[in-house]
Amino acid sequence: MLKTINLKKVYPNGEEALKGINLEIPNGQVVALIGPSGAGKSTFIRTINRLVEPTSGKVYFANEKNDITSLNKSKLRKIRRQIGMIFQEFALVERLSVMENVLSGRLGYVGFWNSFFRKFPQKDIEEAFRLLQRIGLEHMLDKRADELSGGQRQRVGIARALIQNPMLLLVDEPTASLDPKNSRQIMRLICELCKERDLAAIINIHDVYLAQNFAERIIGLKAGKIVYDGKPSGLSETILTKIYGEEDWSKTVAN
Amino acid sequence: MNDKKVIWKRKPLIKNRLLRIGLILLISTYLLSVFLTTEIDWQRILEGIPRGKNFIFAFFPPDFITRSDEILAGIFESLWMTIVATIVGILISIPVSLGAAKNIAPKFVYFLSRGVITLSRSFQEVILAIFFVKLMGFGPFAGMVTLSLSTIGFFAKLLSEDIEDINKSQAEAIKSTGSNWFQWVNYGVQPQVMPRFIGLSLYRLDINFRESAVIGIVGGGGIGSTLNTAFDRYEFETAAAVLIVIISIVMIVEYTSSHLRKLIK
Amino acid sequence: MPIIKQKDYKTWKKFDRKRDLQNWLCWFLGTLIFSFCFGLISSKTIWFYVFDSHNEALDLLGRMFPPETNYFLTLIKPIWDTLNIATIGTTIGTLIAIPLAFLSANNTTPSKKFIRPLALFCIVSSRSINSVIWALLLVAVVGPGVLAGIIAIGLRSIGFCGKLLYEAIEEIDENQIEAIEATGANKAQIMTFGIVPQILPAFTSISIYRWDINIREATVVGLVGAGGIGIELDAQIGDLAWAKVSVILLAIVVAVVFSEWITAKIRKAII
Repeated sequence: MLKTINLKKVYPNGEEALKGINLEIPNGQVVALIGPSGAGKSTFIRTINRLVEPTSGKVYFANEKNDITSLNKSKLRKIRRQIGMIFQEFALVERLSVMENVLSGRLGYVGFWNSFFRKFPQKDIEEAFRLLQRIGLEHMLDKRADELSGGQRQRVGIARALIQNPMLLLVDEPTASLDPKNSRQIMRLICELCKERDLAAIINIHDVYLAQNFAERIIGLKAGKIVYDGKPSGLSETILTKIYGEEDWSKTVAN
Repeated sequence: MNDKKVIWKRKPLIKNRLLRIGLILLISTYLLSVFLTTEIDWQRILEGIPRGKNFIFAFFPPDFITRSDEILAGIFESLWMTIVATIVGILISIPVSLGAAKNIAPKFVYFLSRGVITLSRSFQEVILAIFFVKLMGFGPFAGMVTLSLSTIGFFAKLLSEDIEDINKSQAEAIKSTGSNWFQWVNYGVQPQVMPRFIGLSLYRLDINFRESAVIGIVGGGGIGSTLNTAFDRYEFETAAAVLIVIISIVMIVEYTSSHLRKLIK
Repeated sequence: MPIIKQKDYKTWKKFDRKRDLQNWLCWFLGTLIFSFCFGLISSKTIWFYVFDSHNEALDLLGRMFPPETNYFLTLIKPIWDTLNIATIGTTIGTLIAIPLAFLSANNTTPSKKFIRPLALFCIVSSRSINSVIWALLLVAVVGPGVLAGIIAIGLRSIGFCGKLLYEAIEEIDENQIEAIEATGANKAQIMTFGIVPQILPAFTSISIYRWDINIREATVVGLVGAGGIGIELDAQIGDLAWAKVSVILLAIVVAVVFSEWITAKIRKAII
């Protein structure tokens, strides 16, 4: 479903963030991407929908002919509609209401003036209601996004990504600004929703424990290179040391 | 050797001693040279003091009555000018400020917009007014054009700074949904800069009214014309009345706009 | 509420009917006021001149070019005067603004009922009167020349700096003052150790900002006789010597860009 070939990114300051990533993700697979800060996790998922332009390499999406890196602007927008994204600090537009934030996920499908006057098709509105109900925030619909708590905001962020009706979710550190309880709830919600919709997801995550518990496949990234790719159960102390460096990992691997 | 006392002194503002002394020297030579090159006619000032006293007394009591219709007409004209100029200026400022924000505009548009801003900021309203009066004839239209133009420089500069400061991830999130550029501005940028936008609009309304009082002096219409006429006719009581009216309107505008700004937050 | 329940389905709108109506009404009224004001202005406008203004502009530009470059030498003294008017005026203005700001800030004023309104009134009146009008008045009192300009700029700056400064004072961190107070410090000591360090950055940035504005203002006080480059501008426009006027305008742009560059540098150095 998603295939990257020798994907590289060099920033203008000369920093090599990605040193050739080859990866293939089948339909409906939830992948956790782990690695230390600065390993290139965020850069990697942003090169997939070209929020960050890759320097070289290819990204095939949906079929072997559809290379995202070679698309023009309007085709790129069409692809972006099919890729949902969830962000680290929620990235809700704080001064818009919950409903507007959720509906903004449909922007790629409606014209400018309709979106300007907030006239979305009834079908989209119904879907928004359904999603808000699913995440348990139906009663918050008219609240401004900055009135919500962290966990609630991330739920709205999830709804915004899902209303795009995507084939792939890119998730950037969804739990970095949440407490442990909310972190688990959010991870569980994302994984459940992926299963319900047979959705593939790439989840960047710091927390090895959460990654092991929720993902089907783990990819370890270090300094822009893949150093591990396999089952969560295969994460051993030596592999964690390889990804993160020397530390006592015995407690983490224990489960 | 051991009887050296521990001394603490406040850390000086500028660490480098040489720089510190240099600065002091520089400032004193500057002040001296200003003093030496500025011709101040003390005789004239001494003469001026009693004259000034008479002059100031000529302002009292302020006379609102004799020229009341002229004062009223001037005030209203200033108000019309202010309202139209602020709206027109802001409408033009919106695209300019988008163009002058580094994070939005391509390089070429950026430099173009910055150029427009610098040009409109370089000249004080009065100088602009002189030229527009020359080009378009006396009256409020020239004044309005002047005020609109200087609104652009002020508004677009400050708004574009705010646009450059927006939260990037919110804007990025909107982009990732596949929105087009206009939708991205409408959803990702506009909500974030809206409070500043409204605050600046009210602030500029206030400034434009005050400026309308001076561009009248060079022929741009409004209350300034009334003031100028009063001075020309040596009707200082009327001039005093005009000044008092200006001050009180500015106070009212400022009071209401600060309240509105608090409401909008 | 914005959720609208129809018979068999529910939908959502950003605003309910009432808000929708109010919004449209506001836009309608706004447009109406705008057109009304514009109508009044246009009734006092001789449109022939306006429509002809591009010809006039081209004509004027033709007369302005080529600029009379050697005239620049005569301008050096007026430019120097202009810079001095701005600099000394700003200094005087900020120095007077400091005590005024302390008297008008809610948390430092000695008396809220009597002194604060008085100080606020001084600030507002200084702000509402443009420096050109101040100059107009002062030229009549102290006579034409640089001094009138300096005082005019100074008087106008008092209000501006005073307002921003007292707002900064009102926003200071009360905890720090409390801590100083707790050591048993007297009022003057609280001032120097608790308040001054907190507002010093604001004070410097306000004065620099005002200096930048004052460079622009100082170019026009001369139009009414208060010294600086404005006197030359007035004289050359009076003589219709447009080739000299363009030199003056260029000089002003250079001075303004230069002052902006300097203020940006100083601001960076301080922060």
